[in-house]
Amino acid sequence: MGICIEKADYYGRHILATIQDHGRYGYQNSGVTVSGVVDRRSAELANVLVDNEISEAVIEFMLMGPAIRFTTAGYIAITGADFTPKINGESVPSYQALAVKEGDLLEFGFARNGVWGYIAFAEKLQIEEVMGSRSTNTRTGIGGFHGRALEEGDCIEFREKTKKLPNLDKRKIESEFFGDKEKTIRVILGLQRDRFTEKGIQTFLNETYSPTSECDRMGYRMEGPVIEHKDGADITSDGISLGAIQVPGNGMPIVMLTDRQTTGGYTKIGTVIGVDVPDFVQSVAGTKIRFQEITVEEAQDLYVAQLERCNKLLQELRGTTWIDKIKMLFRSGKVAKE
Amino acid sequence: MEFPRIITSGDTAIVVEFEDKIDPEINAKVKAFYEVLKKSNITGVVDIIPTYRSVLIHYNPVMIRYAQMVKKAEELLSQANSIESVGKKIYRIPVCYGGFYGPDLKDVAEHAGMTEEEVIKIHSGRKYLIYMLGFQPGFAYLGGMDERIAMPRLPKPRGKILAGSVGIANKQTGIYPMDSPAGWRLIGCTPARPYDARRRKPILYEAGDYIEFVPIDETEYTKIEMGVEAGNYEVPVIEER
Repeated sequence: MGICIEKADYYGRHILATIQDHGRYGYQNSGVTVSGVVDRRSAELANVLVDNEISEAVIEFMLMGPAIRFTTAGYIAITGADFTPKINGESVPSYQALAVKEGDLLEFGFARNGVWGYIAFAEKLQIEEVMGSRSTNTRTGIGGFHGRALEEGDCIEFREKTKKLPNLDKRKIESEFFGDKEKTIRVILGLQRDRFTEKGIQTFLNETYSPTSECDRMGYRMEGPVIEHKDGADITSDGISLGAIQVPGNGMPIVMLTDRQTTGGYTKIGTVIGVDVPDFVQSVAGTKIRFQEITVEEAQDLYVAQLERCNKLLQELRGTTWIDKIKMLFRSGKVAKE
Repeated sequence: MEFPRIITSGDTAIVVEFEDKIDPEINAKVKAFYEVLKKSNITGVVDIIPTYRSVLIHYNPVMIRYAQMVKKAEELLSQANSIESVGKKIYRIPVCYGGFYGPDLKDVAEHAGMTEEEVIKIHSGRKYLIYMLGFQPGFAYLGGMDERIAMPRLPKPRGKILAGSVGIANKQTGIYPMDSPAGWRLIGCTPARPYDARRRKPILYEAGDYIEFVPIDETEYTKIEMGVEAGNYEVPVIEER
């Protein structure tokens, strides 16, 4: 028992809802795409709220959310953009652990102030791991639920029995706001920065670029002033990392995301830093984005700090209940002495 | 520009670059470094992508920072330099050429002005270096096809082809590891699976290995196919030092 997808379209438009975890590592040498959640921070926070490991598989959805019927009681948390979630027609908060009962129906509206949504399940989804991950790559049909996006009538069982979540009333955090019309996204310059003219680099760093309608889990095509190459946009194919900014011959950047292919033959001007990928991918079409240079050392400090905050929150929420505290006092002998 | 050089690729990856061209000698350096890197088991390295002429190292900055990662890579570069040569692994891939399995063999032969048998002899008569894997799980970019059997892609790609199809596109040849749309001229098909998620080692070969195509008939094809299904077929591998 677990969940069933009751609706996977929104006024006739198919919803891209897939199972994702942190991604499939260790096989990129063989051409296997990493996949995994595109907004890692939101997915991690959803997991933390329901006391999961941060890398646990979640349902990720883009712009529109599926309708989900619970066939078992359990605990969930919704994060990401504001999808105005409702359970049995009543509005429920995001960024908070919620108890659901057997038979409850979870529904979403269209995304407000962002693009991606996440649902974490305390009882964890029963999805088989393929090459060490539950992530879905729809292009190759690998992983997740039969290698594809969720459809009406799909049912997924839970892996674990319903448990009581400790500190349920404390399991809420402030929602993240992604809706700024203008944003600064930090980048590390490279790999082929020497293939761009100085003017090209300055254009990239001083002008603004906006996500177009051609954005998906593989990458975001951006539009803005043309970035000038020195001598063509082609290189001998090399590896592509998360957030890499490819600039093909037309001079318009493409930011590569988790469903990117492992290798590619376009010049890369730089890479969006890890902690800014979430804010970047949550930018709706037309958002004005300014890329700002940062050093790799600063970026890594930010990366480590973010993970530490997440871990601290997990510990706080896990906490120890007053019963545990009394037991500990008894064990330590303090209660008896006092 | 001085090669090899180490460049940053964001806050979770570095790239060791040996050149910017396709060349078996450059690729041999990639292979030597890749082997040393794999053996070193550096804590925090989560993925490695060897390509025609570079190696991308994906790492977790919580476990290893940029400066340390670069230092490690430099150490390994000098180790890799001292390696004389790495052994050659040659995967002998059985291929049923022509007919149902290779619907374009006839056209390729006509284009080359030779018989189908001659095309098969040329295609299966040499070893191909796997420069790198990419595009699809287990898709090998092979080098060194005889230009006499080169032919441009189909004007209109096929919607779906069999996994294992062997094709020609201009001066390239390769095996499609999955059912997928394809624009290459299909000259044959292998029952051996370059990619099989159920296998302990899902992808058969690695960058730097070699492929040799071995012609088989339809009876042999069916026999091997059954062996693959039952999980008791193994592609013959020759190791040369």
